[in-house]
Amino acid sequence: MSSSLPATSDLGEGLAAVPRPALGPWARAGRKLVSDRVAMGALGLFILIVLACLAAPLYATYVAHTDPFTSNVEGSITIDGQDVDLIQPSTEGLGLGSVPLGPTWDIHNYFLGADGQGRDVAARILYGGRNSLLIGGTSTAICLFLAALTGLVSGFFGGVTDMLISRLLDVLWAFPIYLLAISLSIVLISHGFTIGPFEITSGSLWLPIWIIAIVYVPYVARPIRGQVLALKESEFVLAAKGLGVPDWRILWRDILPNVMTTIIVFVPLMVAVNMLTESALSFLSIGVQAPDASWGTIIQDGQDLIYTRPWVAIAPGIAIVLTVLALNILGDGLRDALDPRAKLRIR
Amino acid sequence: MRRMKWLVGAAAAAGLLATAAQPASAADPHRGGILRLVSASAGGTLDPKINYTLQYWTMYQYTYDGLLTFKHAAGSDGFTIVPDLAEAMPESQNGGKTYVFKLRKGIKFSNGKELDVKDVVASFQRIFKVSSPTAGSFYNGIVGADACLKTPATCTLDGGVVADEANNTITINLVAPDSEFFDKISVPHGVILPADTPAKDMGNTPIPGTGAYMFAAYDPNKQLKAVRNPYFKEWSKDAQPDGYPDEIHYDFGLAGEDQITAIENGQADWTLDQPPADRLAEMGSKYPSQVHINTLTAMWYAPMNVNIPPFNNLKARLAVNYAIDRNAMVKLFGGKVLAQPACQIIPPGFDGYQPYCPYTKHPGAKWSAPDLAKARRLVKESGTAGQKVTIIVQDLAADKAEGTYLQSVLKSIGYDASVKVLSQNIQFTYIQNTNNKVQISITQWYQDYPAPSDFLNVLFGCDSFHPGSDSSVNIAGFCDKTIDAAMKHAMTTSLTDKAAAAKEWTAVDRAMTDQAPAAIMFTPKYIDFLSKRVGNYIFNAQYYWQQNLAWVQ
Repeated sequence: MSSSLPATSDLGEGLAAVPRPALGPWARAGRKLVSDRVAMGALGLFILIVLACLAAPLYATYVAHTDPFTSNVEGSITIDGQDVDLIQPSTEGLGLGSVPLGPTWDIHNYFLGADGQGRDVAARILYGGRNSLLIGGTSTAICLFLAALTGLVSGFFGGVTDMLISRLLDVLWAFPIYLLAISLSIVLISHGFTIGPFEITSGSLWLPIWIIAIVYVPYVARPIRGQVLALKESEFVLAAKGLGVPDWRILWRDILPNVMTTIIVFVPLMVAVNMLTESALSFLSIGVQAPDASWGTIIQDGQDLIYTRPWVAIAPGIAIVLTVLALNILGDGLRDALDPRAKLRIR
Repeated sequence: MRRMKWLVGAAAAAGLLATAAQPASAADPHRGGILRLVSASAGGTLDPKINYTLQYWTMYQYTYDGLLTFKHAAGSDGFTIVPDLAEAMPESQNGGKTYVFKLRKGIKFSNGKELDVKDVVASFQRIFKVSSPTAGSFYNGIVGADACLKTPATCTLDGGVVADEANNTITINLVAPDSEFFDKISVPHGVILPADTPAKDMGNTPIPGTGAYMFAAYDPNKQLKAVRNPYFKEWSKDAQPDGYPDEIHYDFGLAGEDQITAIENGQADWTLDQPPADRLAEMGSKYPSQVHINTLTAMWYAPMNVNIPPFNNLKARLAVNYAIDRNAMVKLFGGKVLAQPACQIIPPGFDGYQPYCPYTKHPGAKWSAPDLAKARRLVKESGTAGQKVTIIVQDLAADKAEGTYLQSVLKSIGYDASVKVLSQNIQFTYIQNTNNKVQISITQWYQDYPAPSDFLNVLFGCDSFHPGSDSSVNIAGFCDKTIDAAMKHAMTTSLTDKAAAAKEWTAVDRAMTDQAPAAIMFTPKYIDFLSKRVGNYIFNAQYYWQQNLAWVQ
């Protein structure tokens, strides 16, 4: 029995090979991702959320006509021709306390109602989303950069370098993430951080950005290091070494592109995780500082209104859920599209 | 003092049970049980010579005793001073400069040690040795106090507090007559402790006392537990009644919302903290019989550090006063039922109180509206616009709300303002210590005793300012020699002519208000929200709800 495959010319007319344009791995991955409707839906949702948050100043100025950062305790709005206080004193029983305005469901007029300071909740959620997304995105970029750097260096060079970097990562890893983030925040939030000419003031968003970026470095660096260790022994790398190619060039031209898929898959997942971490820190008053808003700070504001005005806490919670869900689904889609094992199955 | 628990005033407020203090005999069916108190956090050190919070002062009244004390009685009868460890009120001698107290016999501390005159001498010395916050303001009139204030470690109060063991008497000699002397030795800083109590802040370690109860355990992260003093025998129901609950548990760490829910569910009996604003309506409409509202001689205020920028500039301080919308602050606190706007330092009801408010759009007797335009102009004139300002508040809902609002106000008049939230366990001492460079904070002051000096002199007198100390209750660091001299003169005048002294205090109040070392925000009322099972509610105008006289069974 012949062990070779039949030649194309031996196949019948109906079975002749259809010419296909040659697609590189990135293009193939892109096609696969685009054909994943669920992932695309998630991406669409995420883009929608980002655009809505970016439009926060437009909404506050031209639609809602409110300043979401200035307390407006004695303010009032007009609903159906009537003046309504933003903070309404109670008239029942002993007449104790007061309650902020509830949702009006009028997009021009305190759509989700007011918070305890008389501020427009809907506008604050949009502005808060800007900070949450900014912190989530920027800390992800920094985290992935540092993780890639440490993973590549420790995995490729090995020896003492690997030992030192790995032990440092182990120390960071030993701390529960939130405990480490909270500890760093508490220490740095009061006086800021200065190292040489670089200064981060206590109210700056760069503080939570850097803290969140650093605490997650071990979690990303380790898988990258593992991949680099495997790639280091691959034939093309050994060949390059044999040819005398400099190490930096091997890292840049051979190793990095092969770990890039892992890094890319991490992007949406880390953004989601970092946004959750930022929300937690801000909820504890050690992330974004007032009067700046983030979804975490708004949830904290809503904590004291949970019985009377639950939307103040629920709305930013829903925003977080939708954003994190969208990013996780997108991350799954990216992983499916970029997973090399999937390519092998197709061949 | 600070940290007022909701105090019940003399008025017949809703649900007030103004009964006379009832002693608890062993056969009394109401004697026993565990009273459960809750608060967001602990009140700091347990040392009665140092702690200056209402949170623990209300507990010291049944755990410690002084030579004299305020009567455990309802309403304004609670302002009456009665003999406690002393057998009787002493007559003043030597032109009002000498008092001889005869010590009761047979009283024991909670560690079994019998009280004697040496304990009294040591306790007064200890006021200075541990740098009590009122050492320089309340007790500086004792002979020998000057030397003690200069070198506290070697304080002897020679000639000032003299013990006569043979006759079991204590003679206290003053530098000058003091009409408020009895008040000053009746407050917890004047309580008597064992002579061998270390001359340092005892922190979390309970110190034995002579009260009906003793502190058995204290973990500031968890609980403070008071139990009956096994060596206590009631000697005066007015001074130190036996008490009803067998134990009093004070649990920490519960958030404001959870505290109210716990009380409604019967899992806790009372909370120290101001209820969150969104629960007040629910409390007032669904649980009115469990709510007790009382008038207070107190204030919420924002002291401004007059020694560092920007508030070392008078115009900057005036600007803050003009900018604050006091109605907004009242609303954030809980509404007009619970507070009223205030501009001046002496609270309503005190001698010398004459309504005065220059910081309003239409200056006069009462505050009406903020004047933002004037405030912005003053900031511009002061040259402090754009400066960074940090407001320090404690981590309770009401304080955070007021702090957020104040931040908004400061931003609106031109400052780059931020809010820093600290645990209530440490905030009060933090803002007192000048090393922390606190520019402005929000805090509260409740009377130590019913006298204008307790607000004006204690909070803004030169003797109350101790740079670098956690016990410097003149948080603003204000020291005006002219006003200080006027206050001392008013205190001297009060010895002979109360009416004239009241007029002098009025003038001091105005002068101090005009210097604006603080922005006075409002006069609060006190809410006691109790669980359904708590009976025999007694509100004492001096120490508020009489926890030890509550029935829990």
